[in-house]
Amino acid sequence: MTVETLLPLLLVLPLAGFAFTALVGRRLGKGAHWVAVGVIFLAWLIAMIAVVNVLTGTAPAIEGTESHGYIVGPWERIPAAGFHVDLGLYVDELTACLLIVVTTIGLLVHIYSVGYMAHDPGYWRFFAYLNLFMFSMLLLVLADSWLVVFVAWELVGLSSYLLIGFWYRKRSAALAAKKAFIVNRVGDVGFALGIMAIFVNTGTLNIHDSIAKLTGGESALTIPIWIVALLVFAGAMGKSAQFPLHVWLPDAMEGPTPVSALIHAATMVNAGVYLVARANPLFAAAPSAMVVVAAIGIFTAILAASIAMTQTDIKRVLAYSTLSQLGYMFAALGVGAFTAAIFHLMTHGFFKGLLFLGSGSVIHAVHEEQDMRRMGGLAGKIPITYVTMLIGSFAIAGIPPLAGFFSKDEILGEAFKLGFPWIWAIGLFVALLTAFYMFRLMGRTFWGSFRGPKELWDRIHESPSVMTVPLILLAIPSAVLGLALGLPFGASVIHGWLEPVFHEAVELLGHAEAEYQLFGIDGALIGASVAVAAVGVALAWRYFGADIDGVHVPARPEAVREISARPGLSFLYRASLNKWWFDELYHLLFIVIGGRIAQAFWWFDREVVDGTVNGIGSTTVVTGRNIRRVQTGRVQNYALGIALGLIVMAGSYLLLISAPR
Amino acid sequence: MSDSLDTYLILSGILFAIGSFGFLARRNAISMLMSIELMLNAVNLAIVAFGLFGRYPDATAQGAVFALMVMTVAAAEATVGLAIVIAIYRNKKTPLVDEYDSMRQ
Repeated sequence: MTVETLLPLLLVLPLAGFAFTALVGRRLGKGAHWVAVGVIFLAWLIAMIAVVNVLTGTAPAIEGTESHGYIVGPWERIPAAGFHVDLGLYVDELTACLLIVVTTIGLLVHIYSVGYMAHDPGYWRFFAYLNLFMFSMLLLVLADSWLVVFVAWELVGLSSYLLIGFWYRKRSAALAAKKAFIVNRVGDVGFALGIMAIFVNTGTLNIHDSIAKLTGGESALTIPIWIVALLVFAGAMGKSAQFPLHVWLPDAMEGPTPVSALIHAATMVNAGVYLVARANPLFAAAPSAMVVVAAIGIFTAILAASIAMTQTDIKRVLAYSTLSQLGYMFAALGVGAFTAAIFHLMTHGFFKGLLFLGSGSVIHAVHEEQDMRRMGGLAGKIPITYVTMLIGSFAIAGIPPLAGFFSKDEILGEAFKLGFPWIWAIGLFVALLTAFYMFRLMGRTFWGSFRGPKELWDRIHESPSVMTVPLILLAIPSAVLGLALGLPFGASVIHGWLEPVFHEAVELLGHAEAEYQLFGIDGALIGASVAVAAVGVALAWRYFGADIDGVHVPARPEAVREISARPGLSFLYRASLNKWWFDELYHLLFIVIGGRIAQAFWWFDREVVDGTVNGIGSTTVVTGRNIRRVQTGRVQNYALGIALGLIVMAGSYLLLISAPR
Repeated sequence: MSDSLDTYLILSGILFAIGSFGFLARRNAISMLMSIELMLNAVNLAIVAFGLFGRYPDATAQGAVFALMVMTVAAAEATVGLAIVIAIYRNKKTPLVDEYDSMRQ
């Protein structure tokens, strides 16, 4: 059996799992997960076979590119005169990288959910939704047509909506689901317009053909390429929650924690990054759009990191951290460091998935408490969760040799070397904040003394192995993925993988190939980011305590209070605590002011538009009712009318012919 | 026999007026049919008179033929009309037209 015949199973299996679990899951009760997890395991196996073949170069070469991979189909769908939508699967090195993240983390989250959701009455529903999400996400990364990508884009949005609002009886969850859906619509409008613009320009919906035509410069474009790029980027901003559409992601934490890990940290929010990376020559041909991408990315990074500093809900800290890391990825895409962005996407997927699942384990341990003010000292009680989360925290903080160090350092180094020192500077500061807020989280959660109710303390226990095993399995790549993919510096494994995909864009951008100087500029940049990360960790330990081998630092809450009350800093503290008032601003802009405008339009519609239509109707009715009286039903009346009419006609004729001329 | 067209036309007018008054004022369906006949005959008289005293002398025969034509049609009309009136009378048990009001709403 060839790989090409196996690839459609990647889509068919999760879809079949969804259909099966949705239809008969309720009767299976606590056994509802077997089919759902089974199909994802099979999909993972198939994906790994394909990934290994693609990345080792044993897959056939793709015509017209330097990539190796598989093209399945396309099967023609929706044929019409001069227009047809083809469904084809396209697997190259970029898709392979995404497949690793999506299927591996998807599988581990499925397994973890067996433990996490064990006591939920909606057990079967949860697995049905998860399978639907896996199908949508795989369709998103595999499809080779813009329209199919858009359909998958909406499907992941739908599954995200269903899973955020999984506990739909909780009002905040239902509202958060609605918010996520509506904010995503804003970006999707841009994406849909972008696809239309691409079709107008090129006459094809195939991603690779259309991009080749757009950047080939053979014919003048109807719509300028920078507009196309920015419209596509608008879609990416919505899905990846970039400023100013970032407000939905923190609220999405209302969903169950495995959902936060899978959808809102490791996979779906990366769809925007994937989209921009997939369309890399399109962006490379529009340098002005690239600058916008970079600016929005780095601004989101610092904005979200500043908010994460003061949040008290453990999942919200991680949500803002996700926003911040996604900002890094977009900054990398914007400066033209596509490989670095995908590298960070992969490492971030693993360590952020780990951190979210760890936080879920913590929440489980302290009986559904999410507020870090009522945690503390949990390290001894839940050792496996503690150790794995510690690895994840070191990884995201950028401490070598863990995964985050390699990918983040590559982004910062590339930004500096490609001529964007301001992005490098802001990124370096964000790295400091990242290390700080992560170890604030660790200090508040695992170190110091327990601040929750006393009777709870004795009941805290480690999660079952079905939850801790995925944590351990995620901790391994969080630790070693950077070493495996990021070495040797300058000619790393992941560069070798992705070079064929991004080769064209890099040529278009005209980046000079500089010699990698480990003992020169590159070494200095690495030193700077490691130093900054270390400072961040040290600051967090100083104020929020640490209790790690050999280091015993007590937390100093009174010092934190004192610093946050200083005149200059208290404003920043309040701004961070209130998320820079974005929710309030949007409430004012769209609910208060927008609501007034909508009400004015509603009045116009009701009174003027409806009034005209109803007025015509009622005038006809009233006129008819009055005129009806003429119809007496008496023959003589009609005859009188005829006679009078005749007299009038004859009389006027006589008058006319006798009138003097 | 008068030699003047006016005499015939005045007679015709009087007959027509009586006919239309009868049609408008009488409530009995039979009387109304008879009034119609009266009006038709008034018209016939006018046609024949025009044929006799008109501008073209050889139109006399044509006027007479035309009048015969009208009489034929009038006979047919009276037949159908009477049949209708009798049919209604069987249903309504009245010859008065203002009680034929089943199509009024």
